[in-house]
Amino acid sequence: MSLLTTQNLTAYYGDFQALFGVNIELNACETIAIIGANGAGKTTLMRSISGVLRNATNSVLFEGSEIGAKESDAVMRDGIAMVPEGRKLFPSLNVKENLLIGTYGRKVKGYWTLEAIYDLFPILQEKAEAPATSLSGGQQQMVAIGRALISNPKVLLCDEISLGLAPVVIKDIYAAFPRIKASGASVIVVEQDIAQALKVADRVYCMMEGRVTLSGKPSDLTREEIQDAYFGRITK
Amino acid sequence: MIWIDSLIQGILLGGLYALFAAGLSLVFGIMRLVNLAHGDLIVFSAYITLAFVSLLGLHPFLAAFVAAPMMFGIGWLLQRLVLNRVLGPDILPPLLVTFGLSIVLQNALLETWSADSRRLSVGTLETSSLSLGPITVGVLPVMTFITAILVIVVLNQISFKTELGRAFRATSDDPVTAQLMGIRPNSIFATAMGLAMVIAVIAALYLGIRANFDPSIGPTRLIYAFEAVIIGGLGSLWGTLLGGIIIGVAQTIGATINPEWQILAGHIAFLVVISIKPRGLMPRAFD
Repeated sequence: MSLLTTQNLTAYYGDFQALFGVNIELNACETIAIIGANGAGKTTLMRSISGVLRNATNSVLFEGSEIGAKESDAVMRDGIAMVPEGRKLFPSLNVKENLLIGTYGRKVKGYWTLEAIYDLFPILQEKAEAPATSLSGGQQQMVAIGRALISNPKVLLCDEISLGLAPVVIKDIYAAFPRIKASGASVIVVEQDIAQALKVADRVYCMMEGRVTLSGKPSDLTREEIQDAYFGRITK
Repeated sequence: MIWIDSLIQGILLGGLYALFAAGLSLVFGIMRLVNLAHGDLIVFSAYITLAFVSLLGLHPFLAAFVAAPMMFGIGWLLQRLVLNRVLGPDILPPLLVTFGLSIVLQNALLETWSADSRRLSVGTLETSSLSLGPITVGVLPVMTFITAILVIVVLNQISFKTELGRAFRATSDDPVTAQLMGIRPNSIFATAMGLAMVIAVIAALYLGIRANFDPSIGPTRLIYAFEAVIIGGLGSLWGTLLGGIIIGVAQTIGATINPEWQILAGHIAFLVVISIKPRGLMPRAFD
């Protein structure tokens, strides 16, 4: 049975409709990637799953219960943690406090502890007392990932974690993914970097203009198919 | 010698103003809410304390202990039922609501306790004094000042050493992201307002022992508190104490020169500081 599904998910910003009946499925211990151009609805999809945007209650199912209308703090306590786009670290808190904030609402014992996060990203231990916003972009992204992981989520949502980072830094961050997967978390990554997404994901969904235009295993998809789904040159 | 005496008395008076202002500063720091009813809530706390004194025959300090949890609950409910509904990107609705609350409170107090001025009596403690070399200071002002420092130390400990304090600061930075991390901003705000009301009880206790109070004095006390918060730097509690001391010292020195100048001197000090340092003396590093 799938861990998380969206069923005919529609989402609006006021009168503007951003998602038109999106169906995605995430199985336990699986990593899926959502790719698509700017404005395709990827971030809206993340915001809908995490509860920042609230929708029809039956539009998101998590472990069999309907969570589409839940508020984001309740969704997080259920076990869906978010690495938000732009990192969104708390500037008044130092690195360690930013990490610990992840345990405020959800105290679940598991693989991820402060020590495990420091082990995954050793630089964070070195900078533990530094203000979070004094770190480099890549280090800040590590804090954002650690802050989400420390609650031992069942699902980790990563929204554009490579945005604005140098390729070598992106490589460092994605190097952590095997361990995140091994810890038992299921992961949804939202990426504009298609190559990176295909490398890390078990399955890929491609979105355009608020709809899923293509989905499948990376090995089953051709570059042309992805390009068509990405840019809208649908030839079939 | 009279100048040193004025200075010391002013610093001690600053402690009382810091107590008035600490709750205001806490609430503003966490939820950017300017509570125009804060002064009236302090006066309300004074009447609640007085009620416990006269009904149960408790000593005022003990009565304040009873009033504190009650005011925590009132603050919590006020935030939950009323103020959370008006907080948002627009700053006008909370201002209007707290302004209205201020009027409602003053009139409710007037209906209940009449316009007679009241006080909290603690016997000889009110008039006892300490000799520090050539200067004589009142025991009560010293206690007020020490209490103000204790309140700020405790609030800072909560803010920087506890999980609740982390949640306070995170919510203050970015409520949407804080909620995404499992924090309920509405309940954080309610807890903060409850805490502010506990501090209001402490301020009310010293206010009621030091001077008479009646239902109408809230707003004038609020002005000093506002000035202390603003020249101290928004959101900084030590800054609030410093701001309170500056207002207090300016008032006592002004009064020493000419008793008519007491209030004016405080306001002038406020204007001078704000024109030199528009963001206050100890502003937060970012905003």
